[in-house]
Amino acid sequence: MKRQLTHLPGRFWLWPSFSAASLLPHQTPATNSWLASSKLHSAPGMALQDVCKWQSPDTQGPSPHLPRAGGWAVPRGCDPQTFLQIHGPRLAHGTTTLAFRFRHGVIAAADTRSSCGSYVACPASCKVIPVHQHLLGTTSGTSADCATWYRVLQRELRLRELREGQLPSVASAAKLLSAMMSRYRGLDLCVATALCGWDRSGPELFYVYSDGTRLQGDIFSVGSGSPYAYGVLDHGYRYDMSTQEAYALARCAVAHATYRDAYSGGSVDLFHVRESGWEHVSRSDACVLYMELQELLEPEPEEDASHAHPEPATAHRAAEDTELSVGPGEMIPGDSRMPAGTETV
Amino acid sequence: MASRYDRAITVFSPDGHLFQVEYAQEAVKKGSTAVGIRGTNIVVLGVEKKSVAKLQDERTVRKICALDDHVCMAFAVLTIFVGLTADARVVINRARVECQSHKLTVEDPVTVEYITRFIATLKQKYTQSNGRRPFGISALIVGFDDDGIPRLYQTDPSGTYHAWKANAIGRSAKTVREFLEKNYTEDAIASDSEAIKLAIKALLEVVQSGGKNIELAIIRRNQPLKMFSAKEVELYVTEIEKEKEEAEKKKSKKSV
Repeated sequence: MKRQLTHLPGRFWLWPSFSAASLLPHQTPATNSWLASSKLHSAPGMALQDVCKWQSPDTQGPSPHLPRAGGWAVPRGCDPQTFLQIHGPRLAHGTTTLAFRFRHGVIAAADTRSSCGSYVACPASCKVIPVHQHLLGTTSGTSADCATWYRVLQRELRLRELREGQLPSVASAAKLLSAMMSRYRGLDLCVATALCGWDRSGPELFYVYSDGTRLQGDIFSVGSGSPYAYGVLDHGYRYDMSTQEAYALARCAVAHATYRDAYSGGSVDLFHVRESGWEHVSRSDACVLYMELQELLEPEPEEDASHAHPEPATAHRAAEDTELSVGPGEMIPGDSRMPAGTETV
Repeated sequence: MASRYDRAITVFSPDGHLFQVEYAQEAVKKGSTAVGIRGTNIVVLGVEKKSVAKLQDERTVRKICALDDHVCMAFAVLTIFVGLTADARVVINRARVECQSHKLTVEDPVTVEYITRFIATLKQKYTQSNGRRPFGISALIVGFDDDGIPRLYQTDPSGTYHAWKANAIGRSAKTVREFLEKNYTEDAIASDSEAIKLAIKALLEVVQSGGKNIELAIIRRNQPLKMFSAKEVELYVTEIEKEKEEAEKKKSKKSV
């Protein structure tokens, strides 16, 4: 509705041509009641409206024939969430992403495996999405939802930058994203993201979830592989790390998570947000990385083990009990498509 | 000619005037004088207080209003509206709601420019709609942004806004503005008390019966806003008068 939207959360116009109105946020009942109280002041042609019941075209909402957000076209009597869970497409899920804030900026790292259940939809996807020069988001949950909402966030931030003359802070961006998504609560939206940025108050990190959760913190890891990543991160994190230490910690955490989590794998993307903007540091194969980490951990047996190891001709994953010597030899380097744990032991 | 084009707000006259807007500006010129000054570390708002009726409670007549007061960062946005008091009340209400909505949506407090733009946009809307008249008010909006820079903006009934170093609105605004143009120098705003004195001096040009008819408010950087009591204003007024006397004595000594 074309109202005075300048003071409402989410300045979006509802375009009738976008039939998937779910793409755009809608006014909540709460804001509508506020609007109603100030109705006298907002709609142009108000006086005429009262007198002769004439409605100026732009006070009408989108066409009544189009489904609105919150009014999904689902079979009657069926709650949308249940319906989607039973009949909806299997959405891409499962990942390991992490982000942490330290003296020299914010590090964001993620794996690159996009999985649909047990099918690897894409072994080399990019789960860290840039929003603008000083803001990145790690994405987890449904890839499609994440991609869409990030585009919406990009647009919103760009508009505000043009209006205000400066980019909104990371806190504002997180607030905007969580407010936009919280209107779709209960509709099976799944976006779990960490916004990493550098603004006027230095490096900032916010975790935003699609039910509206918004948390500020120093370390966040999101996804099915996050418990493994947290273990490594919590052990090695210090605010005063050097940049190289931070890179090593991030890579280590994701590599360990890809080792154990079936839905994480592929490569490890590493991004760094500095005062001058974000930078893609590296993309390294997860298996190779894990091998290197194991080599670093065991310097002495390495000399014997490296001779004793057969060439990694068989891509079989050794059983978890023989953890020491089989680490380096169990995966074929460079074959990032080999999901760990698919072979039977 | 004017009489045919001045009834409806949405009608231009042949020579390009919106008469209703201009009449609204006339209404503003009937209001009491207000002056705003932007110093280096301070912003000052002063307004002429009309004498209240005997039975009227003085405290209910407040012209300087806070639009937002961010206690932890101790910055605020102050405003004074001159013109139709009732219109001012409505606009202040909307502006206050907007300040809080902004905080809710984007977590950051409004910048002075943002809220000025909001008020100006609101006023402009009322100059372009059927069946409504413009707000008969001009506003002086002062405050500090979180980058610590002081700002002063002025809006008028047509919905335009500009940033100023010092400005006056209301009755005799022209006289006060000329005084300010002559006396607003780097020295004059060098210190906080100098800026305050400049504001009072500017108002004394047009206010009868001195200090007790002046209402003053200041914001210093990183400090909450301060409304002056009548006594404090009097102190400044006596100081100004003393300085004047000394200056005159010096002049007379020189001429003799």
